[in-house]
Amino acid sequence: MSTPFYVSPQQAMADRAEYARKGIARGRSLVVLQFADGIVFVGENPSRALHKFSEIYDRIGFAAAGKYNEYENLRIGGVRYADLRGYTYDRDDVTARGLANVYAQTLGTIFSSAAEKPYEVELVVAEVGAGPEGDQIYRLPHDGSIVDEHGSVAVGGNAEQISSFLDQRHRDGMSLAEALKLAVQALSREANGNEREIPAERLEVAVLDRTRPQQRKFKRIVGRQLTRLLDADGAGATPTDAPSDSETEDAGSPGTETPGTVTPDSDADGSAKE
Amino acid sequence: MDFLSEQSPSMLPGNRSLPPLQGAIQAPHGTTIVAASFPGGVVLAGDRRATMGNMIAQRDIEKVFPADEYSAVGIAGTAGLAVEMVKLFQLELEHFEKVEGATLSLEGKANRLSTMIRSNLAMAMQGLAVVPLFAGYDIDRGKGRIFSYDVTGGRSEEHGYAATGSGSIFARGSMKKLFREDLTEEQTLTLVVQALYDAADDDSATGGPDVARRIYPIVTVITDEGFRKLDDTESSEIARSILERRLEQPDGPRAALL
Repeated sequence: MSTPFYVSPQQAMADRAEYARKGIARGRSLVVLQFADGIVFVGENPSRALHKFSEIYDRIGFAAAGKYNEYENLRIGGVRYADLRGYTYDRDDVTARGLANVYAQTLGTIFSSAAEKPYEVELVVAEVGAGPEGDQIYRLPHDGSIVDEHGSVAVGGNAEQISSFLDQRHRDGMSLAEALKLAVQALSREANGNEREIPAERLEVAVLDRTRPQQRKFKRIVGRQLTRLLDADGAGATPTDAPSDSETEDAGSPGTETPGTVTPDSDADGSAKE
Repeated sequence: MDFLSEQSPSMLPGNRSLPPLQGAIQAPHGTTIVAASFPGGVVLAGDRRATMGNMIAQRDIEKVFPADEYSAVGIAGTAGLAVEMVKLFQLELEHFEKVEGATLSLEGKANRLSTMIRSNLAMAMQGLAVVPLFAGYDIDRGKGRIFSYDVTGGRSEEHGYAATGSGSIFARGSMKKLFREDLTEEQTLTLVVQALYDAADDDSATGGPDVARRIYPIVTVITDEGFRKLDDTESSEIARSILERRLEQPDGPRAALL
């Protein structure tokens, strides 16, 4: 009769955490930043179809780094939770705090259950409020803890370095173009201190924009609108970029709109284009 | 919906057990919904009255709802059930869009609504029928389309114009004489309000424009720019201009005899 090896609980948990951390570190990092009109999600993603960011509910967005199948599973769970809750009670009763709690429970259970391998994912759940003080950003590491973040947060491979970079430079009330530029700067710093260029086609950008007239505040920024925002020079000087500008706007005139200009097109392209 | 039926079946309209029938159930009923298409879009409108037997239950009920960005649904029949059905329908379209990352096709949406009406058949047999009208802009084909339903969930696409509810006979007759293929958006808006006026004229359960209380029909239009509901001023303007003409000609515009 063989006796199983004794592994101390500390050792077992440390091993599992190590395993999950390594898995997450293999993925590319992404950042979530507050800006004047909401929250912006920026990440490097070579794929057009497999998204790192997505809409959960009216004011709630989701970002994930790590293994695709695992976070996709969590994302769909989150959409179901939110939709069911909104249908049972009211749309206002779906909050990021509630959703983050559900995620924390799920991740925590999986992490400490001996039968399953820990999920190699790190999530961010963000909710945009009526004003900047109402914005909420929660980071959920692989072990089921919740971290309430303010201003900026980075998850994924190079997260620590990127978040210290962001912490130093991020300030409240940035315009979208400024926040976006800062995010791209942060993402293009490599672990060894070198910089590399990330072309616009490899960026995935989405915003939760409180100025959007629709109930659903989540919007992906793609194509011309993205290049226009990235090219907006000296963005610090002009608050140029109401993100509700439609992509059909003339690309030749960057930065001529005032915040909050809403063209009829912007109503149409928000939820339909993915 | 499939998820809901597994998790908490009691929340789905079709799965409730019904009490044994004891005479007709009195519940508010919505009445007339009309729709008409024009090149580039479709208009969906409804009157504001809900009736309970011979009593007016509500004067300012809203019976036309956006289903998603490019479609809308107007409801006739038992108001409570219909509103719940619309709520579930909206939820399903949004849920699909978020999970799949793409919107359903217009046909897909129409089929989904058809299934939901069918699941209400048992209720319909007890007099609590829901018969909606579904209209949307088909992005793939670049035109507005209208789908009408019967109480068993049978779906048929209507070309040009359609009506449902107790006043639908009169509204359809009115639109039959006034509708043309080449109407502009504004003309189509006038057309549907004319049809509602005619329906209210001959059907006691349909409400006409209520000038004293400032209650005017709900008029919505869906084009490639998405769903838009006319605000009170726009809708009252149309209703008032029609009313003015009707003061001279109570039966409304006349079509040529030959």
